[in-house]
Amino acid sequence: MEKQKKKKKIVGLQKRKAKAGYAFISPFIVGFLVFMVKPLWQSFHMSFCSVELGAGNFKETWTHLENYIYAFRVDPDFTRLLVEELSRMVVYSLAIIVFSFFVALILNQKFKGRALVRAIFFLPVILSSGVILGLESNNQLMATLAQTIEQSTQGVSVTAALENILRTAGIGVRAYEKVFEVIDNIYDVAISSGIQIIIFLSGLQSISASMYEAADIEGCTKWESLWKITFPMISSLFLVNWLYTVVDFCMRSDNGVIEKIQKVMIEQMQYGSASAMSWIYFIVVLAFVGITSLVISKGVYYYD
Amino acid sequence: MTDIALKQNITAKEKGKKHTKDHSERDFWERNRLSGGYLLKKRIMDVGVSIVRFILLFGMCFMILQPILNKISVSFMTEQDLYNPIVIAIPEHFTTANYQLAANLMNYSQSLINSLIISLSIAVLQIAVCTLVGYGFARFEFPLKKMWFAFVILVILIPPQTIASSLHLHFRFFDILGIFQMLLGGTLNLRGSVVPYYLMSAGCMGLKNGLYIFMIRQFFRGLPVDLEEAAYVDGCGMLKTFVRIMLPQAKPPITSCFLFAFVWQWTDGFYSRMFLGNTKLVSTSLSRIIDSLGAYIQRINGVKTTVSVAYSNCILATGTLMIIMPLIILYLFAQRAFVESIANTGIKM
Repeated sequence: MEKQKKKKKIVGLQKRKAKAGYAFISPFIVGFLVFMVKPLWQSFHMSFCSVELGAGNFKETWTHLENYIYAFRVDPDFTRLLVEELSRMVVYSLAIIVFSFFVALILNQKFKGRALVRAIFFLPVILSSGVILGLESNNQLMATLAQTIEQSTQGVSVTAALENILRTAGIGVRAYEKVFEVIDNIYDVAISSGIQIIIFLSGLQSISASMYEAADIEGCTKWESLWKITFPMISSLFLVNWLYTVVDFCMRSDNGVIEKIQKVMIEQMQYGSASAMSWIYFIVVLAFVGITSLVISKGVYYYD
Repeated sequence: MTDIALKQNITAKEKGKKHTKDHSERDFWERNRLSGGYLLKKRIMDVGVSIVRFILLFGMCFMILQPILNKISVSFMTEQDLYNPIVIAIPEHFTTANYQLAANLMNYSQSLINSLIISLSIAVLQIAVCTLVGYGFARFEFPLKKMWFAFVILVILIPPQTIASSLHLHFRFFDILGIFQMLLGGTLNLRGSVVPYYLMSAGCMGLKNGLYIFMIRQFFRGLPVDLEEAAYVDGCGMLKTFVRIMLPQAKPPITSCFLFAFVWQWTDGFYSRMFLGNTKLVSTSLSRIIDSLGAYIQRINGVKTTVSVAYSNCILATGTLMIIMPLIILYLFAQRAFVESIANTGIKM
C-alpha cells in the first residue's frame, strides 16, 4: 500500500516536471508552429504553384513541378551557382577548419600579448557580419588598389613564384589551383574563423598537461604528441566546427545562391520559383551536412 | 633604526638576487657544457620558435586589422588625395568633411537612435525567451523532448531565405485564425511595421536564435543538479528556483548571448530589410549610402552625374567606420564576455 503510494508520488513529480518543461519551452513551440511550420509548409506549397499578387490577396495556381524544372533547366544561373557555391563551400570550410586549428595551436602557447592577439582574431566575428560583409566583398577601391600593387610589384610575390614552379612540375595542377585560390583569399578565411578558433582553443585548454608530460617522459616528440594526444582529444570539436562552418557559409548574405534567390523573389516577384530554388538549396545543404557529419562522427574519439 | 635595518635588509636581498643571477648565468654555460650542447640548442630553438610565431601572428593580425586601418586613413582624405599616387596612408589634406557628408546621407543621429532602441529591445526579448527555452531543454524531462530539440537544430539549419517569401505574404495578409477577418473585415498589413519582428523574436524565430538556445542549454547542462534539488526540497517552486538560483549563475552565457544578439541585430541586413523597411536603421542606410550619394550629388549639380568609384568608396568606408565605431567601443569593454561563453559551447555535444 505504502509502496504504491510512493510510486504514485514519483509519477506525480515527473508529471509536474514534464509540465514545467513544456511551460519553459512553450515560447519556442508556439514560435516554431506559427513562424516556421506554417511558412515552411506554405513555401513548400508555393514551390509547386505560380503565385500572383493581387489587390488584397494573392492567387496560387497549381503547376506541378514547373518551378523545379524552371530552376534546373531554364534559369541560366541557378544550377551553375549551386554547383559553384557547393564546391567553394567544401574548399573553404576545409581551409577554415585547418586555419583555425593551426591558429588555436599557436594561441594555446604561452607568450606575451596573447590576450591582445586573441582579441584581434575574434574581432571579425563582430565587425564582418550582416551588411558590412556584403559591402566589404565588392569594395572596388580595394580591388583596384590590389591590382595596382600586383602590377607594380611583378615577380616579387613569393606565392606567384611558387605557383609558377609548382605549375611547371605539372602534377596535380588542379589541386594546386584550389590551394592557391584559398591562399589568395586568406583574408576571407581568417575573418570567418573567429568562433572556430575560440572553440578549438577551449578544447585545447581542457586537455590535462599531465598527458603531455607522460608522453614527453616516454620519449614522445612534440609532433607525435600532436597527432596521438591533441588530435584525438579534440576530435569532437572538429565535428562541431565543421557543422558551424558549413552552416555559417550557407547562410552568409554574400552567398551566390542566396543572392540569386533574393533577386528572384524581390526584384522579379516570382515567389513560386524563389521558393522552389530555396527548397532545392535547403535540401542539398541538409543532405550535405547530414552525410559529412555522419562520416566525421565515425572518426570522433570520446575520452570518457 | 628600523629604517636602516630595513634598508640593509633590502640591499642584502638585492645583492643576493644579483648573486643568484650571476650564478645562474654562469651555471647555464656550465650546465650547457655538461649536457654536451643540448641546453644551448634548446635555448636557440625556443628563441627561434618565438620569433617565427611573432612574425606569423603579426602578419595575421595585420591582415585582419588592415582594412579597418585603411578605412580610417581613407575617411580623412579629400577627393584629391584619393587620386594622388604618393598619398598612401596619411592624408595630405586632412578633412572631416567625409564624416559630415556620410552622417548627412545616412541620417546618422536618427538612425543611430532607432538602431539602438531596436537592437536593444530585440536583444533583450530574444535572450529572455531563449534563456527560458534553453533552461527547459537542459533541466526537464518531458515526452517528445528529443523531437523538439531536433527542431531547434533544424531552426539553426534552415536558411531564413527559405521561408522569406512566405513570411512576406504571411505578414502582408496577417491574420490569426480569421479573427481579424471577422472584426475588421479584412486582413492586417503588417509589412513595414516593427510588430512582426517582435512577435518572431518572442517565438525564438529571430536572427540565429536557435544558436542562442543551444549555447544556453549547453551551459545549464554543465551546472550541478544538487542546487536545484536542494531548492525543491526546501519547497521552492520551479519558476522561483529558476529565477532565484539558476539565473544568477548563468550570467556569463546570458551576457555574451545578449552581446551577440545586439551586435548581429545591429549589422543585420536581411531581417531589417524584410520587416523594418520603413524604420531608418544604420545597417539599411549603410547599404543604400552609395545610391543616396548619387542622388545627393545630382541634386547639387542639377544634372545627372556619375560619382567616381574612388569617392563613393571613400564615403562608404567612412559610413562603415561610423557604424562599427559603437561596436568597437562595446567590444573593447566587453571583450571577455564575448569570448567566454563560446568556449563552453562545443565541449559536450
